[in-house]
Amino acid sequence: MYTGKILESMKRLEATRGERLHQEIPLLSPDDRQSLLEGFHPDYKEAIFRTLKVGPSKGERTPKEFADVFEAYSAIDPAKFDLSSVDLDVDVLVVGGGGAGAAAALVAQEHGANVLLVTKLRLGDSNTVMAQGGIQGADKENDSPAIHYLDVMGGGRYFNDPKLVEALVSDAPDVLAWLERLGVMFDKEPDGTMTTIHGGGTSRMRMHAARDYTGGEMMKTLRDEVLNHDVPIMEFAAAYELLTDGKKVTGAVLYNMETEEYLIVRAKTVILATGGGGRLHVSGFPTTNHYGATADGLVLGYRVGAPLTFMDTIQYHPTGAAFPEQILGQLVTEKVRSIGGQITNVDGNRFIYELETRDVEAAAVIRECLGKKKGVETPSGQPAVWLDTPIIEVLHGAGTIKKRLPAMFRQYERFGIDMSEVPILIYPTQHYQNGGLKIDAHCETKVKNLYASGEAAGGVHGRNRLMGNSLLDVIVFGRRAGAAAAERAAGIKRAGKLSLDHLSKFHKELKSARVGKGRISPMLLPEYRRPEAAKKKINALA
Amino acid sequence: MASEMVTIYVMGKAYEVPRDLTIMKAMEYAGYRFIRGCGCRGAFCGACGTVYRTKDDYRLKVGLACQEMVQDEMYLAEIPFFPGNKATYNVDKLKPNSETVLKLYPEVFRCLSCNACTKACPQDIEVMEYVQAALRGDIEKAADLSFDCILCGLCASRCPAEIVQYNVALLCRRLYSAKIAPRAKHLDKRVKAVKRGKFDKELAKLMKMKKSQLAKLYSEREIQKAD
Repeated sequence: MYTGKILESMKRLEATRGERLHQEIPLLSPDDRQSLLEGFHPDYKEAIFRTLKVGPSKGERTPKEFADVFEAYSAIDPAKFDLSSVDLDVDVLVVGGGGAGAAAALVAQEHGANVLLVTKLRLGDSNTVMAQGGIQGADKENDSPAIHYLDVMGGGRYFNDPKLVEALVSDAPDVLAWLERLGVMFDKEPDGTMTTIHGGGTSRMRMHAARDYTGGEMMKTLRDEVLNHDVPIMEFAAAYELLTDGKKVTGAVLYNMETEEYLIVRAKTVILATGGGGRLHVSGFPTTNHYGATADGLVLGYRVGAPLTFMDTIQYHPTGAAFPEQILGQLVTEKVRSIGGQITNVDGNRFIYELETRDVEAAAVIRECLGKKKGVETPSGQPAVWLDTPIIEVLHGAGTIKKRLPAMFRQYERFGIDMSEVPILIYPTQHYQNGGLKIDAHCETKVKNLYASGEAAGGVHGRNRLMGNSLLDVIVFGRRAGAAAAERAAGIKRAGKLSLDHLSKFHKELKSARVGKGRISPMLLPEYRRPEAAKKKINALA
Repeated sequence: MASEMVTIYVMGKAYEVPRDLTIMKAMEYAGYRFIRGCGCRGAFCGACGTVYRTKDDYRLKVGLACQEMVQDEMYLAEIPFFPGNKATYNVDKLKPNSETVLKLYPEVFRCLSCNACTKACPQDIEVMEYVQAALRGDIEKAADLSFDCILCGLCASRCPAEIVQYNVALLCRRLYSAKIAPRAKHLDKRVKAVKRGKFDKELAKLMKMKKSQLAKLYSEREIQKAD
């Protein structure tokens, strides 16, 4: 629990609660917003980026940690690799077992395709399962897909691909209806009306939720549906490299994470639904992402020639846990602010409207701590600001937090912090990859027969995603990818030859750009062993 | 920051680790690199169910490796997978009652009300209560009580009746949501309106706008007041 200076600061926060209760802070003007971003958002720190020297997005910049996996060799030597025996032959290969992958697999199978879903962890291990706050969709009388469109574009600073945004907002109601029919337990009024609230940057209350386990509830349902439909799945099997006939994608090399054996899959179409890259830890930021979020699909797509887009923008969630250290970086859902939680500095004063878009909100927290030195210092030295949660109970009645934020409540209770009685400490954490593989509205990348959807794709959110548009994105574009890939596959008699020629070419490019041979990707899993333990090893069983 | 060390036994083998770590981080500190037994690292995915015992205590305890702190002389093993039975079904064709539950999971009948499942749940769910509710046909209650389930499987690992509680719960939540909870009528109405093309014109207009026009509309847009 809190002691010393933190406790003193908490008392100051409690003292200001009464006057903050009805205090109104206006939204920042566009100019103030821009100067705040330029001053304090990590996307504007030139030193964290590197310009890519090889590949289809050569000349574009991306955080160094991403550049390190894009500009890296495969562990496979294409000259020596045996592709002669095909282990599996499918219509549609879906790579990734999160929301996008599961939705894609279900829809592709529904379209008559012979599907295989592979994932390097378990079906459901994904960022989808961790998403708490909600899913957007303009389904209320006072709202419309057009209003949703404007919110998305404004949130993304107008850089978004209009065609992808149109798809997102137009499919949203049908996606919600599909999930409702499948039996996702949405929060509802007694007459069946969806309970909806605001999220940062929404102009209408269109955030639908399943308490604060929204993504978990969706994922459990989709996973169950994949199993009920007997969709062939292979867990602990990573796609390690794509195969092409020289132009089009024709399959993949799978890697059994446990036995280390590889398998060759021939596929008429491939969908990359591999999620984001939080576990690359850009600039050392902690992350909200799951263990497997290492941007593998981006690496695979990049090597076969699919360009990336918006890879110079990362979303930092404004409220990651800053204390206790055991949960550093884990998500404190935006819903805490949606239902009235307030952000204050060390003196208990608010410094930003709580429902600004995430980029602005995160930059404001960073400015308060590093620029204005008005943060609270935690025992580990991690800077932080307060998120006043007890005020939610003042606003909506005792017991609200336990009822509407059960996951959050439990998270803190495990460490002896009752967030309905005391505020919690937060700081921005790496949350979402705004960019990814460039796709069209049917999720096809620039390489024929290669599709991407969900966080692995880029463009729909521009330079900043709004809360609740990611859970929506994974289902909208998962379904679109599944349908498009199945339809394309139906017109292909047999996938062409299987080759790794693209990899030989890519390796040559790396060599001429003088990239050292030691750099290997895809990463598959992050390295969290104690450095001394990880270094002191011999490959005795190799 | 030097911290006090404790001894833990990972599958019987001793390692010295800092006291202030979770089981998961302690195993990584010791040199383990997870392939199984590690997922979201934040108590949402249920990949890291762990069974442990502490010194001089005969009782087996369970928890999530990503949440549970290490203790001195802790003997532990992860159970990253539990081979529980899962029925397959089409929710559309099911009736939300006890017959459905018992047809798909007849072992629910065998519940001894011993409460071992509830004691095992790292999410503090009243597991036995929801199993009993499902047995009675109170699908709504079973759905409500089981809502926070993360499918870690620890309940089933301790059940003498060999019930796979988490799959029964999932069935109940889907039955409740798809079959009992009233449908959102406004949603169906909106889906039809989108299909009719009601919003196409307005969207097409916005899609053609220049950034400056959009920015003007955006900053002038009306923000709905929260109730």
